[in-house]
Amino acid sequence: MGLTIAEPATAGAAGFSVTRLDYALDMIKKHGVNWCRKHSLWPLPFATACCGIEFMATAASRYDIARFGSERPSFSPRQADLMIVAGRVVVKMLPVLQRVYMQMTEPKWVISMGACASTGGVFDTYAVVQGIDQFMPVDVYLPGCPPRPETVLEGLMAIQRIVLEHGVRSSAERGGGLQLAIQPPQMASLGPGFGYPN
Amino acid sequence: MTLNDAIEALKERFPDLGVQPRPLIRYPDGRDSGQFWVRVPAERLLDVCRFLHDDPRTKFEMLCDLTCVDYLNFPDAEDRFGVVYSLLSLTHNHRLWLKVFVNDPQPTVPSVTGVWKGANWMEREVYDLFGITFTGHPDPRRILCPDWFDCHPLRKDYPLTGRGERESLPVVTRESA
Repeated sequence: MGLTIAEPATAGAAGFSVTRLDYALDMIKKHGVNWCRKHSLWPLPFATACCGIEFMATAASRYDIARFGSERPSFSPRQADLMIVAGRVVVKMLPVLQRVYMQMTEPKWVISMGACASTGGVFDTYAVVQGIDQFMPVDVYLPGCPPRPETVLEGLMAIQRIVLEHGVRSSAERGGGLQLAIQPPQMASLGPGFGYPN
Repeated sequence: MTLNDAIEALKERFPDLGVQPRPLIRYPDGRDSGQFWVRVPAERLLDVCRFLHDDPRTKFEMLCDLTCVDYLNFPDAEDRFGVVYSLLSLTHNHRLWLKVFVNDPQPTVPSVTGVWKGANWMEREVYDLFGITFTGHPDPRRILCPDWFDCHPLRKDYPLTGRGERESLPVVTRESA
């Protein structure tokens, strides 16, 4: 046996955690299996456009979605918890999207990534669905065209907060999602040349 | 063999068509682009295409593109639709464009899939988006729009945002999923 684990130190009288293992035990006691689940969300990238490329950047080494336990993009809906709809969805694709969503097992969450998935974006045409939330449940909306990897990570963390708060209840019981915590920067604050003059 | 020889051959074979090559583009200084199109009536299209494909002077082995233009509200347009055939001769390295003009109701053009097999999907696309019927097509289905679509979206009288198709889709809720 090469592995030895030190005897877990009991929490001090003040109640703070003193070791990593202790912290983990504390969290499991507090949140149960949801604390584990939140750190092992398996995303299903439903990538139809450039947002998919940005998701790939998020998954790659620089931003490294593995730090959040989601390094395993699943291309089978039966082995995924988190659907990331990245890109515009046309009327012919929507039944496919819904079928994939229905094939995911509970509990499951959905991120609507970027302007196109959330609102149709600039594609105000006969073929493009003007926001997938008209036709399927969405937990978190990510702003951006496409969203920066930081935004994607923030969206993932928002899902993690949902997991911690709502736990293993099925998505039918959970209702809507939490608000995304970050706000996009005001255009004027980016410097001269951005935004519209008042 | 130059394009002139090909056009002369076409005139010689079809004297009744009054073949008159016109340039695709004419620049402001009067020059043209050296690319020419020929008007062909729909009922003679198959004969013309078969001839252009087979004759040693023309030898248009390749159908580069098959598309359509809706001339609704176009100034000075006489016909509603123009089906455009873009031909290329790999042997002689020359190109020719054919235009077939058809009108509502029931714009119909004979299918050229018997001459160029590659016309199959292109004719399906033109049918899908413009509603032109290709008689004799082996597989006359839509190719881009969903099968339940009942409009032809690239027609000029079709609104850009559609007629409610994108709003009238089935809804999946948390309860039903």
